[in-house]
Amino acid sequence: MHMHKFEKAWLIFGIGSLLVFLTVLGVSAFYLGNQPPSCLATIDPEKVDTTAPFNEPGLKKVEGKDWDYELVFVASAFSYSPASVEVPYGAKVKIIATTKDVVHGFEVAGSNINMMLEPGYISEHITTFDKTGEYLIVCNEYCGVGHHMMSSKIKVVK
Amino acid sequence: MFNPAANLKVDRRDGKLAMAHFYVAFTALAIGGLAGLLQTLVRSGKFELPAGIGYYQILTVHGVVLGLVLTTFFIMGFQLAATSKTSGTFTKKQRITGWVGFWLMTAGTVLAATMILLNEATVLYTFYAPLQAHALYYIGLTLVIVGSWVDGAAIIMKYAEWRRKNPGQPSPLLTFMSLVNTMMWIVATIGVASTVLFQLLPWSLGIVETVNIGVSRTLFWYFGHPLVYFWLLPAYMAWYVVIPKVIGGKIFSDSLARMSFILFLLFSIPVGFHHQLMEPGIDPAWKFLQVILTFLVVIPSLMTAFSLFATFESFGRAKGATGLFGWLKKLPWGDARFVVPFIGMVTFIPAGAGGIVNASHQMNQVVHNTIWVTGHFHLTVATSVVLTFFGVSYWLIPHLTGRKLTKAMNKLGIIQAVIWSIGMTFMSGAMHAAGLLGAPRRSSYSEYGGAAQAAEWIPYQVAQAIGGSILFLGIILMLYIFINLAFFAPKGEQEFPVGEAADEAEKAPMVFENWKLWLGITFVLILFAYTIPFIDLIQNAPPGAKGYKLW
Repeated sequence: MHMHKFEKAWLIFGIGSLLVFLTVLGVSAFYLGNQPPSCLATIDPEKVDTTAPFNEPGLKKVEGKDWDYELVFVASAFSYSPASVEVPYGAKVKIIATTKDVVHGFEVAGSNINMMLEPGYISEHITTFDKTGEYLIVCNEYCGVGHHMMSSKIKVVK
Repeated sequence: MFNPAANLKVDRRDGKLAMAHFYVAFTALAIGGLAGLLQTLVRSGKFELPAGIGYYQILTVHGVVLGLVLTTFFIMGFQLAATSKTSGTFTKKQRITGWVGFWLMTAGTVLAATMILLNEATVLYTFYAPLQAHALYYIGLTLVIVGSWVDGAAIIMKYAEWRRKNPGQPSPLLTFMSLVNTMMWIVATIGVASTVLFQLLPWSLGIVETVNIGVSRTLFWYFGHPLVYFWLLPAYMAWYVVIPKVIGGKIFSDSLARMSFILFLLFSIPVGFHHQLMEPGIDPAWKFLQVILTFLVVIPSLMTAFSLFATFESFGRAKGATGLFGWLKKLPWGDARFVVPFIGMVTFIPAGAGGIVNASHQMNQVVHNTIWVTGHFHLTVATSVVLTFFGVSYWLIPHLTGRKLTKAMNKLGIIQAVIWSIGMTFMSGAMHAAGLLGAPRRSSYSEYGGAAQAAEWIPYQVAQAIGGSILFLGIILMLYIFINLAFFAPKGEQEFPVGEAADEAEKAPMVFENWKLWLGITFVLILFAYTIPFIDLIQNAPPGAKGYKLW
């Protein structure tokens, strides 16, 4: 099978760029720790309200961990608990969330916080809130007739 | 190479079978297109649906009817016609197999559509559990899939017959490509068929109470990504084989075309996790492995881009073109059969670039489930693929109905593609932009309690409605052309263009026809990418989820 020399050059250049690109993604993921949210912990979806930490949704100061606060969200059709929360500026926060019924999304608009909430699973994301302002949380996975009404708010305050 | 089995014209009886598929496909275009228009209007905030029809109900119609019905019927019709043309008329047994497949798919479509219209299945075309649709919806979708297998069996039977009669010869290129796409489809649909038959159907019938969400989603996306390549490869068939003949040039290389199809077979399937990057329950190392496998399709894509433009340039230079880009002027810019798919090809450049963003592991966090994604696949499938299908229709429909594409219809075809491009630039462009600002996909109009961020999205939603309205004009025009070509165009002979390879003397290596080898590697890659994370999802599963009907 014959391959034109220009095609060889094109493919070598293309595959070379691809390798560089994948290396960048890999270094970011495994060396810098920028992995997509992939929490492996599970929960009984029928008992969310009585299982810690979901029995107390909201912001909680923690000690002796790599983060300063834990921010717990419980999603259900068609709302989040808490419906609004204030976070101190500059705080390093671990967001912990789950759903009581169907699959929901958890997206903080205008940020990189974006994860799926699936019944039986816990989703986590660690972030630092280094810009003040009001951030809208929207459900970005179809969950039923009230899907587009499902939202919450994070206010980052000094 | 001389192939005595090939027909100058597709046999009339095979033509009828292909046309049956196209009637359903274009009916789907009409219904799904209307649903799409209504969605963009609702989301602009200036329009409400009458008679209590729900936004998510028409969204389900749009996704099922365009994403599953239009594509599958068109592709099967095209592949059946291409196989009959290049490998010879179907035997009676093969043709009956095709008809059984067609009727199974049609029955399934009617069943699923009825459930959607009765508001018993407002679960969108991805039907993510634990939203629970009526059992008949799942049965309908199963019939569509099983029907497509039976349809595909006709192609496989014809291929096997051709190889038996021509020992030691590489199969005709279009038949080879149809076969690769059919096999990829069969391997991929095993995933969605498994979740529907073994999980969702028993659960919707009340036989089991709960369902394993992680397993169901993984089986769905094992199918969901190859689905998009199943849409794309028939467009590649037209680009590789048909377009060179339309412009009067040659296929750049028969062997390299086969190789790129084989690479698509290998790398289309073990990649579903890149749709599940934001999900819990899957170890990020396995996600990353599938991200790498996802990016390997860049290689056949680069090969395809090279071949197509090499064909264009060789043709232009043979016509006396000079300078770096002089050959562009020699291309037949007045021929809809070339121009319409060409716009599709060019669209694939930004479309592919957006796809690279989506699959980029952590970068997916920025755009996941935002309307950016909707903008992305309206460039890939709803422009690159669909415009190529329209371009194919302009010669294939009259070829099969014994009519001719008139000058007026040719011109209308080009106008249609221009309207489509303008509409899509507005709609998809606004979707990409709003998505980067965080606007979610699959959501009705909402001001989110007067949030400032949500207010920023609304002007883009108005732009989407303008784009959607222009696109709907394009759909009306396309339906007009289809009806003309099927029933009213003057009788005559319309060519089925099949290109010859520039390297005709060089026989394609027979290793490309070794299906034990290629399917073997396909399965090894699938097992490599999926076995361990799949066992994890079963062994470490949380308690199952009960069904909900929240619409």
